[in-house]
Amino acid sequence: MKTMKYPTEENYYDEVLTIVNDKNKKTMPSSNSNAPHISVRNLNVYIQRNHILKNINLDIPNKSITCIIGPSGCGKTTLLKTFNRLLERSNEIKITGEVLVDGENIHDPHIDITHIRKKMGLLSQRPCPLPMSIYDNIAYGPKIHGTRNRKQLDAIVEKYLNAAGLWDEVKDRLHAPANRLSIGQQQRLCLARGLAVEPEVILGDEATSALDPISSKKIEELFVQLKEEYSIALVTHTLRQAQRIADYIVFMYLGEVVEAGPAAEVFNNPKEKLTREYLSGYFS
Amino acid sequence: MRRAEELFFKTLMILATIVILGSLMMILFAVVKRGLPAMNWDMITKIPSGGFYIGKEGGLLNAIAGSLFIVIGSTFLGLLISIPIVIYINIYLPPKSFLADLTRLSSDVLFGIPSIVYGAFGFTLMVYFGLKTSLLGGIIAVALLITPILIRSMDEVARIIPKDLKDAALSLGATRFEIIKVILKQISPGITTAILLSVGRAIGDAASVLFTAGYTDNIPTSLSEPAATLPLAIFFQLSSPIPEVQDRAYAAALILTFIVLVLSLAARYYSRKFSKNKI
Repeated sequence: MKTMKYPTEENYYDEVLTIVNDKNKKTMPSSNSNAPHISVRNLNVYIQRNHILKNINLDIPNKSITCIIGPSGCGKTTLLKTFNRLLERSNEIKITGEVLVDGENIHDPHIDITHIRKKMGLLSQRPCPLPMSIYDNIAYGPKIHGTRNRKQLDAIVEKYLNAAGLWDEVKDRLHAPANRLSIGQQQRLCLARGLAVEPEVILGDEATSALDPISSKKIEELFVQLKEEYSIALVTHTLRQAQRIADYIVFMYLGEVVEAGPAAEVFNNPKEKLTREYLSGYFS
Repeated sequence: MRRAEELFFKTLMILATIVILGSLMMILFAVVKRGLPAMNWDMITKIPSGGFYIGKEGGLLNAIAGSLFIVIGSTFLGLLISIPIVIYINIYLPPKSFLADLTRLSSDVLFGIPSIVYGAFGFTLMVYFGLKTSLLGGIIAVALLITPILIRSMDEVARIIPKDLKDAALSLGATRFEIIKVILKQISPGITTAILLSVGRAIGDAASVLFTAGYTDNIPTSLSEPAATLPLAIFFQLSSPIPEVQDRAYAAALILTFIVLVLSLAARYYSRKFSKNKI
């Protein structure tokens, strides 16, 4: 594992080192495309008095793929769900610290929660199409955000089904129920649905783990294409997937960020003993 | 030994199925045997003429119409009350909410209350508001009777909606109000079942309409007029000493059974149609 050659492109190293361990440092929103898209500062999450996330500080860089890896129960998914504030739907949640998206604290009580969620497209573990037709699945988001014009909706549906590589497969049966699609197609439908509300960030919660190898390869390829325009944060259980597509790696263990940095660095030259052990399959 | 065990319990299951199907068949047989000879076109197209209850001419159109009005009205009213409740306790309240549990418990208790109590309660309300026995009174009493059934059967379906589905809609930036549409689509088969159960209960219940809707030989033309119902028609005719009139009670039962059958088939058909999108 350690001898693995990761394709290192120049620009990985040109980008600013985005991992900030200095707790006092404040992020400055700027037009610089290298500025982190999501910054997490001293984030603590308690669920029913269990300390799930412990003092998390990390940055999700703009327009690249960040993979969050770590053993089961280390808080990866919890972290992801704090990003679009879905976590608070459960009982007895306490959150301290800040999550800044474009410099805006998403836990600010004055903020419009739907505005935050619209910015973050979530792709869950199992595809979950809405109980509607293929067309309506994509059109649902734009409709609730105010697009009513049929022609515009048609264009949106075609554009994002294309973006998810699904258009050719479904263009003749747009009004068929979404649940008739195969599970791999459903996941791409969910991706297209998420993209249709024009998010800035794509969050993937083990988005390929329920899929067959071919479907999951398609999703991976889509992620690589989409990072041109979106910042992508993926929770993944498969180290190989992280090796294939990640630009940055965040390694978590028992609710803490152990190590984070550019993928090539973390994979080839991990600084922490725990990371080394995890990467070499000592535990998983 | 294990095979004998399996055989024993399998036999028990088959016996139970036979008992229930057998009783149903016997009831149907009795209803058809005595009701069919008394059935004629007049029974479903005419209202009772003078002397109907001593075996003379006329039909039961008054009771058929009254029953249908009450069922449609009370189901509509019941849905109007129960859907918002189900949505509220399943979408707006947190998963382990005391209020939601209390609502479920209350509807369980209301579910078990005998319908005569609803009739008496409705009657008390009507006296308080100075209303006479009327179609409206019947609709309200029956709506009270079926609302707990509607709530409980829809709630059972709404509770098992995958959390992922709500999350999926919310993460598109929908408000909780906007995901109601998604939730309703998902539970539409449950809504159909709930309606079916409550229609069955509403159309067959005599006690709740006894004091509230009253009885009349005419078809009600407004909400404030009394309305006849099929179960009461059966009851009154069965109390008659004249065998011919008693047979007419069976004919009324036959009509009632037929209406329930048609409604069930329709509900199944539409349920399948609406649930094609369900996840």
